Amino acid sequence: MIGIGKTAFGAFPDRDLRSLAVEAGQKCMQDANVSPSKVEAFYLGNFAGPSFVGQNHLAPYIAGAMGITGVPCTRFEAACASSGSAFFHAVSAVGAGLYDLVMIGGVEKMTSQPTPVVTEILAGAGDMGGEGRAGATFPALFAMIARRHMYQYGTTREHLAAVAVKNHANGAKNPQAHMRKVITMEQALNGKPIAEPLTVYDCSLISDGAAAVLIAPLERAAEFTGKPVKILGIAQTSDHVALDEKDDITTFRAVTAAGQKAYKMAGVTPQDIQFAEVHDCFTIAEIIATEDLGFVKKGDGGPYALQGCTALTGPRPINTSGGLKSKGHPVGATGVGQICDLVIQMRGEAGERQIERHSLGLAQNLGGSGATAVVTILGTI
Amino acid sequence: MTNPGPGVIYTETLIHAAPQQFVADAPYQLVIVTLDSGRRLTARMIGDRVQIGDAVDFAEDRGGIPFFRKH
Repeated sequence: MIGIGKTAFGAFPDRDLRSLAVEAGQKCMQDANVSPSKVEAFYLGNFAGPSFVGQNHLAPYIAGAMGITGVPCTRFEAACASSGSAFFHAVSAVGAGLYDLVMIGGVEKMTSQPTPVVTEILAGAGDMGGEGRAGATFPALFAMIARRHMYQYGTTREHLAAVAVKNHANGAKNPQAHMRKVITMEQALNGKPIAEPLTVYDCSLISDGAAAVLIAPLERAAEFTGKPVKILGIAQTSDHVALDEKDDITTFRAVTAAGQKAYKMAGVTPQDIQFAEVHDCFTIAEIIATEDLGFVKKGDGGPYALQGCTALTGPRPINTSGGLKSKGHPVGATGVGQICDLVIQMRGEAGERQIERHSLGLAQNLGGSGATAVVTILGTI
Repeated sequence: MTNPGPGVIYTETLIHAAPQQFVADAPYQLVIVTLDSGRRLTARMIGDRVQIGDAVDFAEDRGGIPFFRKH
Protein backbone atom coordinates (compact mmCIF):
# COMPACT_ATOMS: atom_id res chain seq x y z
CA MET A 1 0.00 0.00 0.00
CA ILE A 2 1.77 3.18 -1.12
CA GLY A 3 -1.02 5.73 -0.99
CA ILE A 4 -4.48 6.32 0.40
CA GLY A 5 -7.15 8.96 -0.08
CA LYS A 6 -10.68 9.39 1.24
CA THR A 7 -13.43 11.93 1.12
CA ALA A 8 -15.44 12.52 4.24
CA PHE A 9 -18.50 10.23 4.32
CA GLY A 10 -21.85 11.96 4.70
CA ALA A 11 -24.82 13.48 2.87
CA PHE A 12 -23.48 15.92 0.32
CA PRO A 13 -26.32 17.35 -1.80
CA ASP A 14 -23.93 19.62 -3.72
CA ARG A 15 -21.50 16.86 -4.75
CA ASP A 16 -21.94 14.42 -7.62
CA LEU A 17 -20.58 10.88 -7.82
CA ARG A 18 -17.65 11.73 -10.05
CA SER A 19 -16.40 14.67 -8.02
CA LEU A 20 -16.31 12.49 -4.89
CA ALA A 21 -14.38 9.71 -6.64
CA VAL A 22 -11.97 12.21 -8.21
CA GLU A 23 -11.30 13.88 -4.84
CA ALA A 24 -10.40 10.53 -3.25
CA GLY A 25 -8.21 9.53 -6.22
CA GLN A 26 -6.36 12.84 -6.31
CA LYS A 27 -5.70 12.75 -2.55
CA CYS A 28 -4.38 9.23 -3.00
CA MET A 29 -2.00 10.22 -5.82
CA GLN A 30 -0.74 13.17 -3.75
CA ASP A 31 -0.21 10.87 -0.78
CA ALA A 32 1.99 8.57 -2.88
CA ASN A 33 3.50 11.45 -4.91
CA VAL A 34 2.40 9.75 -8.13
CA SER A 35 1.23 11.48 -11.32
CA PRO A 36 -1.84 10.13 -13.19
CA SER A 37 0.31 9.12 -16.15
CA LYS A 38 2.12 6.55 -13.99
CA VAL A 39 -1.05 4.66 -13.05
CA GLU A 40 -1.18 1.44 -15.10
CA ALA A 41 -4.75 0.35 -14.33
CA PHE A 42 -7.83 1.62 -12.48
CA TYR A 43 -10.11 -0.78 -10.61
CA LEU A 44 -13.37 0.75 -9.37
CA GLY A 45 -15.85 -0.62 -6.87
CA ASN A 46 -19.39 0.73 -7.26
CA PHE A 47 -22.63 -1.02 -6.42
CA ALA A 48 -25.44 0.93 -8.04
CA GLY A 49 -24.33 4.15 -9.69
CA PRO A 50 -26.62 3.47 -12.65
CA SER A 51 -29.64 3.17 -10.29
CA PHE A 52 -28.70 5.94 -7.85
CA VAL A 53 -27.53 8.59 -10.31
CA GLY A 54 -28.25 7.23 -13.81
CA GLN A 55 -24.62 7.01 -14.88
CA ASN A 56 -23.03 3.91 -16.37
CA HIS A 57 -19.51 3.19 -17.67
CA LEU A 58 -18.17 4.64 -14.45
CA ALA A 59 -14.54 3.47 -14.37
CA PRO A 60 -13.26 5.37 -17.44
CA TYR A 61 -15.68 8.22 -16.60
CA ILE A 62 -13.93 8.75 -13.27
CA ALA A 63 -10.41 7.84 -14.37
CA GLY A 64 -10.53 10.26 -17.29
CA ALA A 65 -11.47 13.11 -14.95
CA MET A 66 -8.36 12.30 -12.88
CA GLY A 67 -6.11 12.29 -15.96
CA ILE A 68 -5.79 8.51 -16.04
CA THR A 69 -6.38 7.50 -19.67
CA GLY A 70 -5.38 4.81 -22.10
CA VAL A 71 -5.14 2.07 -19.48
CA PRO A 72 -7.60 -0.64 -18.37
CA CYS A 73 -10.38 0.96 -16.30
CA THR A 74 -12.97 -1.48 -14.99
CA ARG A 75 -15.91 -1.33 -12.59
CA PHE A 76 -16.53 -4.19 -10.13
CA GLU A 77 -19.96 -4.85 -8.64
CA ALA A 78 -20.35 -7.15 -5.67
CA ALA A 79 -23.03 -5.31 -3.65
CA CYS A 80 -21.48 -3.81 -0.49
CA ALA A 81 -18.24 -5.68 -1.21
CA SER A 82 -17.78 -3.99 -4.60
CA SER A 83 -14.55 -2.18 -3.79
CA GLY A 84 -13.27 -5.04 -1.64
CA SER A 85 -13.65 -7.18 -4.74
CA ALA A 86 -11.96 -4.55 -6.93
CA PHE A 87 -9.09 -4.49 -4.42
CA PHE A 88 -8.78 -8.29 -4.43
CA HIS A 89 -8.59 -8.39 -8.22
CA ALA A 90 -6.11 -5.53 -8.38
CA VAL A 91 -3.83 -7.20 -5.83
CA SER A 92 -4.08 -10.42 -7.85
CA ALA A 93 -3.06 -8.60 -11.03
CA VAL A 94 -0.08 -6.88 -9.41
CA GLY A 95 0.90 -10.13 -7.73
CA ALA A 96 0.77 -11.87 -11.11
CA GLY A 97 3.11 -9.25 -12.54
CA LEU A 98 0.63 -7.66 -14.96
CA TYR A 99 1.15 -4.14 -13.58
CA ASP A 100 3.28 -2.32 -11.04
CA LEU A 101 1.25 0.73 -10.13
CA VAL A 102 -2.52 0.30 -9.78
CA MET A 103 -5.23 2.50 -8.28
CA ILE A 104 -8.32 1.01 -6.68
CA GLY A 105 -11.24 3.31 -6.03
CA GLY A 106 -14.65 2.93 -4.50
CA VAL A 107 -17.57 5.32 -4.65
CA GLU A 108 -21.29 5.58 -4.00
CA LYS A 109 -23.66 8.53 -4.21
CA MET A 110 -26.81 7.42 -2.35
CA THR A 111 -28.48 10.42 -0.77
CA SER A 112 -29.88 11.88 -3.98
CA GLN A 113 -32.77 9.37 -3.74
CA PRO A 114 -35.52 9.22 -1.07
CA THR A 115 -35.11 6.46 1.54
CA PRO A 116 -37.80 4.05 0.18
CA VAL A 117 -36.09 4.17 -3.24
CA VAL A 118 -32.66 3.62 -1.65
CA THR A 119 -34.16 0.67 0.29
CA GLU A 120 -35.47 -0.79 -2.95
CA ILE A 121 -32.16 -0.35 -4.81
CA LEU A 122 -30.26 -1.96 -1.92
CA ALA A 123 -32.73 -4.87 -1.90
CA GLY A 124 -31.33 -5.67 -5.36
CA ALA A 125 -28.25 -7.05 -3.61
CA GLY A 126 -30.49 -9.94 -2.53
CA ASP A 127 -32.54 -12.40 -4.58
CA MET A 128 -35.19 -10.25 -6.23
CA GLY A 129 -37.09 -13.31 -7.46
CA GLY A 130 -37.66 -14.75 -3.98
CA GLU A 131 -36.96 -12.73 -0.84
CA GLY A 132 -37.11 -9.41 -2.72
CA ARG A 133 -40.47 -10.19 -4.30
CA ALA A 134 -41.86 -11.12 -0.88
CA GLY A 135 -40.96 -7.66 0.44
CA ALA A 136 -37.58 -8.23 2.10
CA THR A 137 -35.35 -5.24 2.77
CA PHE A 138 -31.71 -5.48 3.80
CA PRO A 139 -32.54 -4.54 7.39
CA ALA A 140 -35.18 -7.32 7.28
CA LEU A 141 -32.67 -9.94 6.12
CA PHE A 142 -30.26 -9.01 8.92
CA ALA A 143 -33.16 -8.81 11.39
CA MET A 144 -33.99 -12.43 10.52
CA ILE A 145 -30.32 -13.32 11.00
CA ALA A 146 -30.36 -11.54 14.37
CA ARG A 147 -33.53 -13.35 15.50
CA ARG A 148 -32.02 -16.71 14.68
CA HIS A 149 -28.69 -15.81 16.37
CA MET A 150 -30.65 -14.76 19.48
CA TYR A 151 -32.60 -18.02 19.38
CA GLN A 152 -29.55 -20.28 18.95
CA TYR A 153 -26.99 -18.47 21.12
CA GLY A 154 -28.90 -16.28 23.55
CA THR A 155 -27.70 -13.06 21.95
CA THR A 156 -29.63 -10.09 23.36
CA ARG A 157 -30.74 -6.60 22.34
CA GLU A 158 -28.08 -5.28 24.77
CA HIS A 159 -25.39 -7.14 22.85
CA LEU A 160 -26.51 -5.53 19.61
CA ALA A 161 -26.79 -2.09 21.21
CA ALA A 162 -23.26 -2.38 22.65
CA VAL A 163 -21.90 -2.53 19.10
CA ALA A 164 -23.78 0.63 18.14
CA VAL A 165 -22.70 2.54 21.27
CA LYS A 166 -19.05 1.56 20.74
CA ASN A 167 -19.01 2.42 17.03
CA HIS A 168 -20.65 5.80 17.62
CA ALA A 169 -18.07 6.55 20.34
CA ASN A 170 -15.30 5.81 17.83
CA GLY A 171 -16.93 7.69 14.96
CA ALA A 172 -17.36 10.77 17.14
CA LYS A 173 -13.55 10.94 17.18
CA ASN A 174 -13.20 10.54 13.40
CA PRO A 175 -13.27 13.89 11.56
CA GLN A 176 -14.30 12.09 8.33
CA ALA A 177 -17.26 10.20 9.86
CA HIS A 178 -20.83 10.76 8.70
CA MET A 179 -22.48 10.82 12.14
CA ARG A 180 -20.13 12.14 14.80
CA LYS A 181 -22.51 11.58 17.65
CA VAL A 182 -22.05 9.66 20.88
CA ILE A 183 -25.12 7.61 21.79
CA THR A 184 -26.12 5.95 25.06
CA MET A 185 -27.13 2.35 25.64
CA GLU A 186 -30.63 3.60 26.50
CA GLN A 187 -30.95 5.45 23.18
CA ALA A 188 -29.71 2.44 21.26
CA LEU A 189 -32.23 0.17 22.98
CA ASN A 190 -35.14 2.51 22.34
CA GLY A 191 -34.56 3.50 18.74
CA LYS A 192 -37.29 3.60 16.13
CA PRO A 193 -37.96 0.05 14.89
CA ILE A 194 -36.84 -0.63 11.29
CA ALA A 195 -37.21 -4.41 11.10
CA GLU A 196 -37.64 -6.05 14.50
CA PRO A 197 -35.48 -6.68 16.49
CA LEU A 198 -33.37 -4.05 14.70
CA THR A 199 -33.88 -0.35 15.35
CA VAL A 200 -32.47 2.63 13.53
CA TYR A 201 -29.42 2.39 15.82
CA ASP A 202 -28.65 -1.11 14.56
CA CYS A 203 -28.48 0.02 10.93
CA SER A 204 -25.57 1.60 9.10
CA LEU A 205 -26.03 4.94 7.39
CA ILE A 206 -27.04 5.87 3.87
CA SER A 207 -24.03 7.92 2.77
CA ASP A 208 -22.17 9.55 -0.06
CA GLY A 209 -18.43 9.08 -0.23
CA ALA A 210 -15.36 7.74 -1.97
CA ALA A 211 -12.03 6.16 -1.14
CA ALA A 212 -8.94 5.21 -3.14
CA VAL A 213 -5.66 3.40 -2.63
CA LEU A 214 -2.53 2.86 -4.71
CA ILE A 215 -0.63 -0.39 -4.62
CA ALA A 216 2.74 -1.43 -6.01
CA PRO A 217 5.05 -4.46 -5.71
CA LEU A 218 6.88 -4.47 -2.37
CA GLU A 219 10.29 -4.02 -4.00
CA ARG A 220 9.19 -0.70 -5.52
CA ALA A 221 7.34 0.66 -2.48
CA ALA A 222 10.30 2.70 -1.21
CA GLU A 223 10.13 4.85 -4.37
CA PHE A 224 6.77 6.22 -3.21
CA THR A 225 6.57 6.14 0.57
CA GLY A 226 8.67 5.82 3.69
CA LYS A 227 5.73 4.14 5.43
CA PRO A 228 4.65 1.22 3.24
CA VAL A 229 2.04 -1.13 4.63
CA LYS A 230 2.29 -4.72 3.38
CA ILE A 231 -0.62 -6.73 2.04
CA LEU A 232 0.11 -9.99 3.85
CA GLY A 233 -2.99 -11.97 2.97
CA ILE A 234 -6.16 -11.56 0.92
CA ALA A 235 -9.05 -13.74 -0.21
CA GLN A 236 -12.44 -13.34 -1.85
CA THR A 237 -15.09 -16.04 -1.52
CA SER A 238 -18.78 -16.50 -2.29
CA ASP A 239 -21.98 -18.18 -1.13
CA HIS A 240 -25.65 -18.30 -2.16
CA VAL A 241 -27.31 -14.90 -2.59
CA ALA A 242 -30.69 -15.82 -1.05
CA LEU A 243 -30.85 -16.17 2.71
CA ASP A 244 -33.30 -19.09 2.46
CA GLU A 245 -30.73 -21.11 0.47
CA LYS A 246 -28.19 -21.10 3.33
CA ASP A 247 -28.11 -24.00 5.79
CA ASP A 248 -27.27 -21.81 8.79
CA ILE A 249 -27.90 -18.07 8.67
CA THR A 250 -26.13 -17.36 11.98
CA THR A 251 -22.77 -17.64 10.22
CA PHE A 252 -21.42 -16.29 6.95
CA ARG A 253 -19.70 -19.28 5.42
CA ALA A 254 -17.98 -17.04 2.86
CA VAL A 255 -16.42 -14.94 5.63
CA THR A 256 -15.14 -17.99 7.49
CA ALA A 257 -13.59 -19.34 4.29
CA ALA A 258 -12.06 -16.00 3.26
CA GLY A 259 -10.65 -15.56 6.75
CA GLN A 260 -9.04 -19.00 6.75
CA LYS A 261 -7.46 -18.41 3.32
CA ALA A 262 -6.18 -14.95 4.26
CA TYR A 263 -4.74 -16.17 7.59
CA LYS A 264 -2.95 -19.00 5.77
CA MET A 265 -1.51 -16.65 3.14
CA ALA A 266 -0.33 -14.22 5.83
CA GLY A 267 1.00 -17.00 8.07
CA VAL A 268 -0.89 -15.67 11.09
CA THR A 269 -3.72 -16.87 13.32
CA PRO A 270 -6.89 -15.03 14.35
CA GLN A 271 -5.41 -14.43 17.79
CA ASP A 272 -2.46 -12.57 16.23
CA ILE A 273 -4.76 -9.89 14.75
CA GLN A 274 -4.42 -6.72 16.82
CA PHE A 275 -7.31 -4.71 15.39
CA ALA A 276 -9.87 -4.92 12.61
CA GLU A 277 -12.32 -3.03 10.46
CA VAL A 278 -15.31 -5.36 10.01
CA HIS A 279 -18.46 -4.95 7.96
CA ASP A 280 -21.02 -3.71 10.51
CA CYS A 281 -23.77 -2.94 8.01
CA PHE A 282 -25.97 -3.98 10.95
CA THR A 283 -24.88 -4.49 14.55
CA ILE A 284 -25.53 -8.24 14.33
CA ALA A 285 -23.10 -8.41 11.37
CA GLU A 286 -20.23 -7.17 13.56
CA ILE A 287 -21.06 -9.75 16.22
CA ILE A 288 -21.10 -12.54 13.63
CA ALA A 289 -17.90 -11.24 12.00
CA THR A 290 -15.98 -11.54 15.27
CA GLU A 291 -17.14 -15.17 15.46
CA ASP A 292 -16.59 -16.08 11.79
CA LEU A 293 -13.12 -14.53 11.79
CA GLY A 294 -12.17 -16.69 14.79
CA PHE A 295 -11.68 -13.90 17.35
CA VAL A 296 -14.18 -15.67 19.62
CA LYS A 297 -16.03 -18.97 19.43
CA LYS A 298 -19.44 -19.25 17.80
CA GLY A 299 -22.12 -17.58 19.88
CA ASP A 300 -19.73 -15.50 22.00
CA GLY A 301 -19.72 -12.42 19.77
CA GLY A 302 -22.44 -10.63 21.74
CA PRO A 303 -20.82 -10.86 25.19
CA TYR A 304 -17.43 -10.05 23.56
CA ALA A 305 -18.84 -6.70 22.41
CA LEU A 306 -20.76 -5.96 25.62
CA GLN A 307 -17.67 -6.61 27.77
CA GLY A 308 -15.74 -3.89 25.91
CA CYS A 309 -13.22 -6.27 24.33
CA THR A 310 -13.63 -4.53 20.97
CA ALA A 311 -13.53 -0.92 22.27
CA LEU A 312 -10.65 1.45 21.50
CA THR A 313 -9.13 0.59 24.87
CA GLY A 314 -10.01 -3.11 24.68
CA PRO A 315 -7.67 -5.99 23.85
CA ARG A 316 -8.79 -6.07 20.17
CA PRO A 317 -10.27 -2.77 18.95
CA ILE A 318 -12.81 -3.22 16.17
CA ASN A 319 -13.99 -0.47 13.85
CA THR A 320 -11.82 2.28 15.29
CA SER A 321 -13.09 4.41 12.39
CA GLY A 322 -16.66 4.24 13.73
CA GLY A 323 -17.53 1.46 11.30
CA LEU A 324 -20.31 1.58 8.77
CA LYS A 325 -22.62 2.47 11.65
CA SER A 326 -21.11 5.86 12.43
CA LYS A 327 -18.45 6.54 9.78
CA GLY A 328 -21.08 5.84 7.13
CA HIS A 329 -21.67 3.27 4.42
CA PRO A 330 -21.45 4.56 0.86
CA VAL A 331 -21.65 0.94 -0.20
CA GLY A 332 -19.27 0.92 -3.17
CA ALA A 333 -16.65 2.87 -1.21
CA THR A 334 -16.77 0.77 1.95
CA GLY A 335 -14.23 -1.96 1.11
CA VAL A 336 -11.46 0.40 0.06
CA GLY A 337 -12.47 2.77 2.86
CA GLN A 338 -11.80 0.00 5.40
CA ILE A 339 -8.33 -0.54 3.88
CA CYS A 340 -7.62 3.21 4.22
CA ASP A 341 -8.74 3.09 7.85
CA LEU A 342 -6.33 0.26 8.65
CA VAL A 343 -3.47 2.17 6.99
CA ILE A 344 -4.31 5.36 8.95
CA GLN A 345 -3.92 3.40 12.21
CA MET A 346 -0.76 1.66 10.99
CA ARG A 347 0.85 4.99 10.13
CA GLY A 348 -0.07 6.33 13.57
CA GLU A 349 -2.24 9.04 12.03
CA ALA A 350 -5.57 8.26 13.73
CA GLY A 351 -5.44 11.18 16.17
CA GLU A 352 -7.82 10.86 19.10
CA ARG A 353 -8.69 7.28 18.22
CA GLN A 354 -5.11 6.09 17.67
CA ILE A 355 -4.52 2.67 19.20
CA GLU A 356 -1.18 1.43 20.55
CA ARG A 357 -0.91 -1.98 18.92
CA HIS A 358 -1.33 -1.35 15.21
CA SER A 359 1.17 -3.44 13.30
CA LEU A 360 -1.21 -6.24 12.21
CA GLY A 361 -4.79 -5.49 11.15
CA LEU A 362 -7.62 -7.13 9.24
CA ALA A 363 -10.42 -5.79 7.05
CA GLN A 364 -13.58 -7.77 6.31
CA ASN A 365 -15.96 -6.61 3.59
CA LEU A 366 -19.33 -8.32 3.07
CA GLY A 367 -21.58 -8.24 0.02
CA GLY A 368 -25.32 -8.71 0.35
CA SER A 369 -26.35 -11.06 3.13
CA GLY A 370 -23.07 -12.93 2.76
CA ALA A 371 -22.83 -13.90 -0.91
CA THR A 372 -19.46 -12.15 -1.32
CA ALA A 373 -16.76 -11.84 1.31
CA VAL A 374 -13.33 -10.26 1.08
CA VAL A 375 -10.81 -10.50 3.92
CA THR A 376 -7.54 -8.58 3.79
CA ILE A 377 -4.68 -8.71 6.30
CA LEU A 378 -2.27 -5.78 6.39
CA GLY A 379 0.90 -5.41 8.40
CA THR A 380 3.97 -3.30 9.01
CA ILE A 381 5.92 -6.20 10.51
CA MET B 1 -47.37 -21.52 -7.43
CA THR B 2 -48.06 -25.07 -6.31
CA ASN B 3 -48.96 -25.47 -2.64
CA PRO B 4 -45.60 -25.82 -0.84
CA GLY B 5 -47.31 -27.52 2.12
CA PRO B 6 -46.96 -26.80 5.83
CA GLY B 7 -43.81 -25.95 7.72
CA VAL B 8 -42.17 -24.43 10.79
CA ILE B 9 -40.91 -20.85 11.26
CA TYR B 10 -37.09 -20.83 10.94
CA THR B 11 -36.82 -17.07 11.51
CA GLU B 12 -38.95 -13.94 11.26
CA THR B 13 -39.04 -10.15 11.41
CA LEU B 14 -41.65 -7.41 11.50
CA ILE B 15 -40.79 -4.84 8.83
CA HIS B 16 -41.58 -1.20 9.65
CA ALA B 17 -39.42 0.50 6.98
CA ALA B 18 -40.67 -0.99 3.70
CA PRO B 19 -39.32 -0.71 0.19
CA GLN B 20 -41.17 1.68 -2.15
CA GLN B 21 -43.62 -0.89 -3.53
CA PHE B 22 -44.71 -2.22 -0.09
CA VAL B 23 -44.93 1.03 1.87
CA ALA B 24 -48.73 0.63 2.13
CA ASP B 25 -48.36 -2.86 3.71
CA ALA B 26 -46.05 -1.81 6.59
CA PRO B 27 -45.72 -3.05 9.22
CA TYR B 28 -45.74 -6.61 7.88
CA GLN B 29 -44.16 -9.86 9.03
CA LEU B 30 -41.61 -11.56 6.80
CA VAL B 31 -40.61 -15.13 7.61
CA ILE B 32 -38.44 -17.99 6.42
CA VAL B 33 -40.36 -21.24 6.68
CA THR B 34 -38.67 -24.63 6.87
CA LEU B 35 -41.14 -26.69 4.83
CA ASP B 36 -41.90 -30.28 5.70
CA SER B 37 -40.01 -31.16 2.50
CA GLY B 38 -36.86 -29.68 4.14
CA ARG B 39 -36.64 -26.78 1.69
CA ARG B 40 -36.76 -23.20 3.02
CA LEU B 41 -39.04 -20.51 1.64
CA THR B 42 -39.22 -16.75 2.26
CA ALA B 43 -42.85 -15.80 2.78
CA ARG B 44 -45.33 -13.37 4.33
CA MET B 45 -47.87 -14.03 7.08
CA ILE B 46 -51.62 -13.53 7.28
CA GLY B 47 -53.22 -13.05 10.71
CA ASP B 48 -51.39 -13.76 13.96
CA ARG B 49 -47.72 -12.93 14.43
CA VAL B 50 -45.51 -15.97 14.70
CA GLN B 51 -42.24 -16.84 16.42
CA ILE B 52 -39.38 -19.21 15.64
CA GLY B 53 -40.63 -22.78 16.00
CA ASP B 54 -44.31 -22.06 15.31
CA ALA B 55 -46.11 -24.41 12.91
CA VAL B 56 -47.62 -22.69 9.86
CA ASP B 57 -49.79 -23.67 6.89
CA PHE B 58 -49.72 -22.33 3.38
CA ALA B 59 -52.62 -19.88 2.93
CA GLU B 60 -52.44 -18.42 -0.56
CA ASP B 61 -50.37 -17.10 -3.43
CA ARG B 62 -50.72 -13.37 -4.02
CA GLY B 63 -48.99 -12.39 -7.25
CA GLY B 64 -46.19 -14.89 -6.75
CA ILE B 65 -45.72 -14.13 -3.04
CA PRO B 66 -46.43 -17.10 -0.75
CA PHE B 67 -48.55 -16.24 2.31
CA PHE B 68 -48.73 -18.53 5.37
CA ARG B 69 -51.05 -18.62 8.39
CA LYS B 70 -50.33 -19.80 11.96
CA HIS B 71 -51.39 -23.45 12.35
